[in-house]
Amino acid sequence: MGWSLIRTYTILVYLFMFLPIVVVVLLSFNANQFGSFPMTGLSTRWFEALWNNDAILRAFRTSIVLGLMTATISTVLGVLASLALVRYKIPGRNLITTLLIAPILVPEVVLAVALLLFLNFLNIGKSFTLLLAGHVIFTLPFVILVVQARLVSIRRDVEEAALSLGASPMQTFFSVTLPLLMPAVAAGGLFAFTISFDDITGTLFWKPGGIETVPTQIFSMLRNSISPEINALGTVIIVLTVGLPLIGVAVARILARRSGV
Amino acid sequence: MSAVSLTQIVKRFGNFTAVHPMSLDIEDGSFVTLLGPSGCGKTTTLRMIAGLLDPTEGEIAIKGKRVNDVPIHKRNLGLVFQNYALFPHKTVAENVAFGLNYRNVGKEDARRKVAEALDLVQLPDLGARYPKELSGGQQQRIALARAIVIEPDVLLLDEPLSALDANLREDMRVELKRIQQRIGVTTVFVTHDQTEALAMSDQIIVMSKGRVEQVGAPEEVYNTPASEFVAQFLGASNLLAAQCTDISGGEIALDLADFPRIIIAQKRAPKISAAGPVKLVIRAEKLLLRPAGTAPDGMLSVNATVENVDYQGQSARYFLRVGDHQMQAINMIEDHPFAAGAQVALTFRPKDCAALPLEVGS
Repeated sequence: MGWSLIRTYTILVYLFMFLPIVVVVLLSFNANQFGSFPMTGLSTRWFEALWNNDAILRAFRTSIVLGLMTATISTVLGVLASLALVRYKIPGRNLITTLLIAPILVPEVVLAVALLLFLNFLNIGKSFTLLLAGHVIFTLPFVILVVQARLVSIRRDVEEAALSLGASPMQTFFSVTLPLLMPAVAAGGLFAFTISFDDITGTLFWKPGGIETVPTQIFSMLRNSISPEINALGTVIIVLTVGLPLIGVAVARILARRSGV
Repeated sequence: MSAVSLTQIVKRFGNFTAVHPMSLDIEDGSFVTLLGPSGCGKTTTLRMIAGLLDPTEGEIAIKGKRVNDVPIHKRNLGLVFQNYALFPHKTVAENVAFGLNYRNVGKEDARRKVAEALDLVQLPDLGARYPKELSGGQQQRIALARAIVIEPDVLLLDEPLSALDANLREDMRVELKRIQQRIGVTTVFVTHDQTEALAMSDQIIVMSKGRVEQVGAPEEVYNTPASEFVAQFLGASNLLAAQCTDISGGEIALDLADFPRIIIAQKRAPKISAAGPVKLVIRAEKLLLRPAGTAPDGMLSVNATVENVDYQGQSARYFLRVGDHQMQAINMIEDHPFAAGAQVALTFRPKDCAALPLEVGS
């Protein structure tokens, strides 16, 4: 009796969480031009409309480029920062770690306004570079958290063994440390990409006029009307943001199994 | 020419001195052990030779060349760790070949050397496996193969047997010594295990609290300990307060309560030069328990009471009382061990005794 109550309750919670998403996905295949129930038939016309909508395609391209650049820069910076913080004795190490993690703790709006004010103070205008910088600041903590955790578990004596066998510190990093770190690097990069791809708050503040990412594009489309195209776009984004990390985790697992750690 | 020589090296970490001024010459091709309890500075010393730590003072030379400023990857050393430290993402063959990648060794040559090294450690067929598929003992053999395949000037072993279980450890000990003799590489071995040190070494350096307590061949260190620490760290020793009453004719007379006078050769007490209070040292294995009243000729005998017995199968450790002295004896068991409470004759030969001066603070 008790168990079946808990089961029902759990199901209700999941329904509450996922029903809206299911509705979006379902309606994106609705033939009717009004995005509402009852559905009048199955159709992929909204996906076609999406494919022919230049503004959305442009936004998509911007988001992908921005996401990839954010992921690359955050991962490189994150790995270097983690190495410094874990492998070397740096004065004020705890303070630096806290500062690097801080962007997660500060509300995004505050961070967004702060960066904007700072740039105003420096008399620098909005630009794609600024947008990229904002995304890097916002995604870096995630990379650092993941990479640091993994780096701590890589034993120092494995690196010392490589050094003793004649590999320079740089060769040791590329032949031993980095391969062992790879699952975390991949996971961190994926985190950075999906967070950047999803982000709207910071992006709204930082993006220069004329540049739209997918979320801001949807936002501006919603201001006019709720087009079923948005449902289709929503479906595409769901597939991307849920599918990519899943693939990433799978790849990380395979890598980890191969490296035996 | 010595393979490794340390000249007055010191290592300090902040205010803590891990290694006090220490000088050491390690002969080419010899097997030298740094022995001591944890925190005695033995691993710090090894890491300084390896180049993983910089000495605060002093000079380190390998094959006659000063290496203080030579980074570890240019020192040509073989290093074996307690936890194997194999590269988990590389196969056994790739692990062993790793060091050859950074030396001018052709592909064919490298393959042959790897095969030879795997043969030497008696694991010729495991090249394609990954480290996690091997047992601890196998992993440590691979780690050894990886270290010797580069033909290092010195092989440094940092407690390589400590992670293995007891039976395996003894096998590996014999194996390690065999391989070392076969290739003749100068070896520095760090351990806290006196049995390993005694069994494997040409020379033992006993360390305590960052200082060298004694340097000598295993027998010398075992039979004639230079300090109370060495006497107690290498096996179980009884240390009894005694009076040196006479030194003459190369012999020393020792008197202590409840014992007959003990006369020992002066070379068994090289640090004693005058009459006065001393410590009598006698190993637990050299004290033989016999039924009360039976002492063969040439042996001294005292009456003792067995207070406790620690049964170990082939041997037993007895905790004894002789007058006011608490003593320990380790004897092989012939039929049955003596029981707690038994009155026995505790017999020993004077030549198994040694004497040490009283230490300051003891």
